[in-house]
Amino acid sequence: MKTRPGTPWFFLAPNVIVILLFTFVPIAINIYYAFTGGVNLYPLQRPGVGVENFSTLLECGSYLDPSSCTKDVFWRSIFNTAKYAFFQVSLMVLFSLITALVLNRKIIGRGFWRGVFFYPVLLSPVVVALIWKWILQRDGLLNAAMVAVDAQPVLWLAEPGWAFFWVTFVSIWAHMGFYMLILLAGLQAIPADLYEAAQLDKASPWRSLTRVTLPLLMPNLMVVLVLALIKAVQTFDEVFVLTGGGPGSATTFIVQFIYHTGFVEPVRLYGIAAAGSLLLALALVALTLLQLRLSKADEMGERAK
Amino acid sequence: MKALKFLTRTRNGRSLDWTDWLSYVYLTLGLFLMFGPVIWLVGSSFKTEAALNEFPPSFLPYGQKAVAVPGEEKMKPVYRIKLPDGTVKELPEVRRIGLMATHIDPARPDEPIRVNVKDREPVREFKLATENYTDLGGKIQFGTYLWNSVFITLVATILTLLFNSMAAFALSKYKFKGRTSVFLLILGTLMVPPAIVLVPNFLVVSELGMLNSLWGVIWPAIATPTGVFLLRQYMLTIPDELLDAARMDHASEWQIYWRIVLPLAAPALAVLAIFSVMWRWNDFLWPLIVLSKNEKFTLQLALNAFQGDLVTQWNYLLAMTVITLLPITIVFAFLQKYITQGIASAGVK
Repeated sequence: MKTRPGTPWFFLAPNVIVILLFTFVPIAINIYYAFTGGVNLYPLQRPGVGVENFSTLLECGSYLDPSSCTKDVFWRSIFNTAKYAFFQVSLMVLFSLITALVLNRKIIGRGFWRGVFFYPVLLSPVVVALIWKWILQRDGLLNAAMVAVDAQPVLWLAEPGWAFFWVTFVSIWAHMGFYMLILLAGLQAIPADLYEAAQLDKASPWRSLTRVTLPLLMPNLMVVLVLALIKAVQTFDEVFVLTGGGPGSATTFIVQFIYHTGFVEPVRLYGIAAAGSLLLALALVALTLLQLRLSKADEMGERAK
Repeated sequence: MKALKFLTRTRNGRSLDWTDWLSYVYLTLGLFLMFGPVIWLVGSSFKTEAALNEFPPSFLPYGQKAVAVPGEEKMKPVYRIKLPDGTVKELPEVRRIGLMATHIDPARPDEPIRVNVKDREPVREFKLATENYTDLGGKIQFGTYLWNSVFITLVATILTLLFNSMAAFALSKYKFKGRTSVFLLILGTLMVPPAIVLVPNFLVVSELGMLNSLWGVIWPAIATPTGVFLLRQYMLTIPDELLDAARMDHASEWQIYWRIVLPLAAPALAVLAIFSVMWRWNDFLWPLIVLSKNEKFTLQLALNAFQGDLVTQWNYLLAMTVITLLPITIVFAFLQKYITQGIASAGVK
């Protein structure tokens, strides 16, 4: 049966218009902003400055020393984000893997335990940050525990090293359940006869883990790794509420730098913020392409099975 | 021994070995680590301001006992006093000057007893400070924040369901030129997280006159690529013959969408609705930029603003945090299965 050619477009229109207006038009403006200067929000009143915004951001005496850069906070935020992404992603994937492996065993009440680990995923970042801020504050539960074991109370969020530790810890606490769920789904897709075969061959549990489970889980593991990386690079909310980026700039990450430059500073340098966003976007596109490639390899592997 | 053996028997008849024990130890530790902080928060939210300032904190909400004293408007705090004759009595304090406090016995109000403050200690009792919750309406504009959050969540979710399902219907039930490109265009927005287009989106929203308006939060968020993807995959499984049969009966295309496809896609719509409610209720960065007036704050923004105050009023802040996490917790308790299945199948949250 024939339908009029305009019909599908009628149904697509609302969604597509919203996407154009709030995603694609902004992308175009963002690129324009990145190559113009001044403090004016209106594009037409902004003078073109070429690549000056990028060179300001990227100008450094030495790339290993953030304080030698023109925008030292930007570089510090990149260093922080990289360090954070490394620790947060590797530890989080490790713990979600362990949890998924445990939950994949024959245990009583699997649904309940899965819910326990998943619950924090649904909490809002602000709530997550406040829950932990209440525990970590000067007269909080953790310091009470410290005093109880005769240790000195610590200002957990006021010392750079500890603040960084807790920011990483809290974000693992809040997001681990999501990755655990994906890995658990992957584990349950491994055919049971493979384990039976391993058992017939008298393979030790450790051996069937390293020779059967992990190799077959590898595609899922890679996808989880890249997904977590994409999220880690964009971290903002929890950290912003928990530490505000401090002490100093010890927990300032890239998105917070963009937010600060564009919306908080008395002189709002939209061009710098936009240039920073573009650099972040570049990293994200690279990571997303990597993920698409990995999930394609995953699908191929599935078909081969 | 026999009882232990019975209790530790597993489904396949063998008893628990050490790896099973290790698993349960791990899970129990996880239970404490994952739920402990939330339970501590909820418990603390029922403590009085004075109890919150105690260090070390008590586990259960304790407060100082207070009683009514004839001739006094307010309830008076009760202390355990050692009298000069060696007896110990629990009496309310009526006033205190310096180191000397005046107590009276409500039974004999004419004979005030003056005591040095070091000869007494407060009487504590289990007490739920429900005023932390009941005061919220009056002291801070809690009702406004709650309404803003509910409005944004409901309206955005309804629009998301409508717009996404219309797009998914077009992409799954019609063959037309440009279908693949539109689908890729929509999916491509997955790669553009809001953090990247903050500045220009601010311009767009302010040009549309939606700064400090709840609509400025709602519109940019509703065309979710995840929703289109989820619904399209589901609608592909609805047989085209149903649609053709309806066309034979002269149903309009809109009726086909509204009366046939939408009801059949209800399970997928339900999953998307759950997701959308969680996304919008928990949103933070974009509302933070669009809404700067206090009376337009959502709950999340209000929480952030309060915790940033120089003197944090933890008793109200904690109560507000509990109320904010309550809807999500209820949704989770009842719909856990659908949420986890939805996430496992779509790979998004």
